Amino acid sequence: MQRIVTIKTRSLSKSLIDGGCGQCQTSCQSACKTSCGVANQRCENTKPADISKTGLQTKAR
Amino acid sequence: MIHAYKLGGRNIILDIASGAVHSVDDAAYDVICVYEDMREHEPPAGSGELKTLAKRITRHIEKKHPKLSEQDVLMILVDIELLISKGELFTKDSFSDALDGGKIGGGMANSFAPIKALCLNVAHTCNMSCAYCFAKGGFENSTEQKLMPQETANKALEFLVSNSGGRKTLDIDFFGGEPLLNWQVCKDTVAYARRLEKETDKKFRFTLTTNGLLIDDDVISFANREFHNVVFSLDGRPDIHDKMRTVPGGGGSYGEILPKIKKFVKERREKGYYIRGTFTKENIDFSNDILHIADIGFGEISLEPVVTKHKNPLGFTMDDLTGLLGEYDKLALEMQRRKAIDKGFNFYHFMLDLTSGPCIHKRIAGCGVGTEYLAVTPNGELYPCHQFIGDDKMKMGDVWQGVTNRKLLSEFAVCGIYSKEECSCCWARFYCSGGCAANAYHDTGSISGIYKFGCELFKRRIENAIMLQVP
Repeated sequence: MQRIVTIKTRSLSKSLIDGGCGQCQTSCQSACKTSCGVANQRCENTKPADISKTGLQTKAR
Repeated sequence: MIHAYKLGGRNIILDIASGAVHSVDDAAYDVICVYEDMREHEPPAGSGELKTLAKRITRHIEKKHPKLSEQDVLMILVDIELLISKGELFTKDSFSDALDGGKIGGGMANSFAPIKALCLNVAHTCNMSCAYCFAKGGFENSTEQKLMPQETANKALEFLVSNSGGRKTLDIDFFGGEPLLNWQVCKDTVAYARRLEKETDKKFRFTLTTNGLLIDDDVISFANREFHNVVFSLDGRPDIHDKMRTVPGGGGSYGEILPKIKKFVKERREKGYYIRGTFTKENIDFSNDILHIADIGFGEISLEPVVTKHKNPLGFTMDDLTGLLGEYDKLALEMQRRKAIDKGFNFYHFMLDLTSGPCIHKRIAGCGVGTEYLAVTPNGELYPCHQFIGDDKMKMGDVWQGVTNRKLLSEFAVCGIYSKEECSCCWARFYCSGGCAANAYHDTGSISGIYKFGCELFKRRIENAIMLQVP
């Protein structure tokens, strides 16, 4: 594809099947305390993204 | 179905239901934006139909793209249909059906979930007097017990273990007030948890949230050995911080806490921490506070918009929105610039792990307020989260009797993306999970309400977070 570049993402549809273990952190335990979402949490059952590739800090929070 | 937006010089297409993200050029962006409205049939289309569609779209966008040929548009359409066939574009949201059919749930979403985390308000008193504190007028003024006794803390852990079902890792947050005012109880609670770990298959993970004033060598060494995460309250530039975060009797706290926090963080090495601040109407240019925190050497930063009661002069109104959204955009571009010169830092709301983020079950379950996550007061009462404490209507039970307010539990259990009309069609629903119930409650009077101001901020943060992942 010349004009469309797809960024690697976790498929939400597939996660319907391979997700749902319930071991992830509850959102408010993290840093916000007043306006939490879940998007910036990490799944505890998948391999974290390679920090060097994404620039993400994936250490525990 | 999709969310298309332009930000930071990128054209981004988010396929809402699959979570796929596409970076596209101007022509593909405009073709994708009109594709659904202009096609006559569901894909896959035959080659003849695609050619006809290419002709119509080429004509439709020719003023904007005079050099784009029908063949160019046809090639884009072929790519679009390929992505559709792979489930990465215009994906139908069938999660609502899965929820109804019981495929989502399993002890998590919209069910009476096992409890996974407790916010232990070990101290309902504080050694600071911050201008925006949500505890003011609430527990701070009450006559109830101020410090949690050890017996209550231990009972809270036992309550958590016995109501945690299959959850292996249990999270405890020492919160307040200022938890270091009850430090010995924090330490003894950790010791009790380590004993419970040996007797059960559970593992406890601790977080401390502190204003920093009482940090000493004992706190640092214990917390750095035992605590998974430490959250330090710091609002940014010294004048902003000192105006908001004062000690009783007046006077700012920046100069006193900063050296302590720096030492603490330095000795944590690779362990998690956050510098967490609040911004108010006094510092609408809050990106400068985030940059200040980065400039003084911290790499893990969270700065939150103040949550206040209506008509509080520190609170925001819709008139402030445009300026605040611009601050997030400005911050994202500056973070990008700094990252390129190896001076990057993390801003909590821009952190997005696209490949290893939460599954759809978690995205629908949300933060867990009132179901997986409860707050405990010093006298052992249970509330849906720390932001509801002090509101008698929101009391859920206590650590001795457990959750007795089943009606309230039911309300939280069904409150989510698909129970709110506005959320069920919002592009950001799988990122915010329906938003903060406490914010909704305090703004609208109902946990099922929509805190529109918060929604707009959240959406722009996610747009920037995704943008920062696009090369």
